[in-house]
Amino acid sequence: MSALSAIILRDLQLAFRAGGGSFQAVGFFSIVCVLFTLAVGPDIALITEIAGPVLWTGALLATLISLDQIYRADREDGSLDVIAATSEELALTAAAKAAAHWLSTGLPLILATPLLAILLNLTADAYFPLLMSLLIGTPGLSLIGSFAAALTVSLPRASLLISIIVSPLYIPILIFGAGAASAGAAGDPQFAANLKLLGAATLFAAVTAPLASAVALRSNLD
Amino acid sequence: MNETDSASVISAHDCRLSAKGLSISRGGARIINGISLTLEPGETAILRGPNGAGKTTLLRAFAGLLRIDSGSIGIERQDGSAVDDPFRATIYCGPLNAVKAALSVDENLRFWAALYNAPGDLVSNARAAFRLDDYARQSAGTLSTGLGRRLGLARLLLARKPIWLVDEPTASLDVASAAIFTSLAERHCAVGGIAIIATHDAFSLSGARNIELKTGSAA
Repeated sequence: MSALSAIILRDLQLAFRAGGGSFQAVGFFSIVCVLFTLAVGPDIALITEIAGPVLWTGALLATLISLDQIYRADREDGSLDVIAATSEELALTAAAKAAAHWLSTGLPLILATPLLAILLNLTADAYFPLLMSLLIGTPGLSLIGSFAAALTVSLPRASLLISIIVSPLYIPILIFGAGAASAGAAGDPQFAANLKLLGAATLFAAVTAPLASAVALRSNLD
Repeated sequence: MNETDSASVISAHDCRLSAKGLSISRGGARIINGISLTLEPGETAILRGPNGAGKTTLLRAFAGLLRIDSGSIGIERQDGSAVDDPFRATIYCGPLNAVKAALSVDENLRFWAALYNAPGDLVSNARAAFRLDDYARQSAGTLSTGLGRRLGLARLLLARKPIWLVDEPTASLDVASAAIFTSLAERHCAVGGIAIIATHDAFSLSGARNIELKTGSAA
């Protein structure tokens, strides 16, 4: 087994243990959706209409609160030195950390989405486009988020700062992701275009975020 | 520890470590100022000096974890070929044990074995070498300070790197455990490994060189 797969497997093991991030993210996602539904009230048509955007925003916020832990725990117990000092390129290690974050946070959020979609009375036609857009967009959220986590790893209580750094970078993914979900539900041909732009945003993050994370981590090891 | 025990966890090496005119700053202050030293295969060095003298800084620089201001660090094999990447030749064991509290002792060891691509039987050998067999399934977060340190030091054996850089290895260890560590370090050097150990403890390691660091000046 390579060092990278060892890091991914260990992070997954930790995420699904008691106190791990996966359950917290899914729990937070559910709470956001429930609170939204309660706040809108009994207007079922309105809830159906906003279901896609609410689910997208909820998934984004749940990702946001889980970012702080990507590197912080490793730094606090000394593991960051260990995983940075493998013979692998640091950018590849950063990519592995982002992949582990997506597998432990993004994927569980996507799996929880159909259940929450029932709560939000999402129309049957809207499930596929919503899940597709989340599948393509959430890896981008993890990648960009892991860069912000790397940048702030040596600062205390950085989770608010991470939110501030990351939010503007998340905007394209949110617009194209929620746009794809709505267009797909309405049978609008814009669906494919939105999805492609969303894919482009995620691919751009896949190339740049690990490299930027490596630079940030290197200076934070100093 | 008997010979077969330690022979199964220690592998042979032939790297030389040299530093020339090494200077390093931390937080704007020059900590290490023009240090030069060479360690041949099989040599041990014990770094001593007051707090703030730069022991940890020097170890982290050798490990490739810190930027150096000037000078050079070179690692080369006996045949003269240079090791470009310090991560290939060094293992740094800092004051933190890099142990995941939520994982068991064995899970931590197996993660490192996978990270360093170590053969599977090395996990049980390393565990036995540091007398951790009784705690194999225990969650690492519930270990005592000394046991946690022993687990952290077991990483040295799994990494199988020629150059050990160890920061305060025995600070929380009892006499018997400290003896386990010193005997492993001696075995490591007997087969051509290098060990640099920063410590405040009275520490005897056969054939070790003492390097005294002074605050803000050259050694």
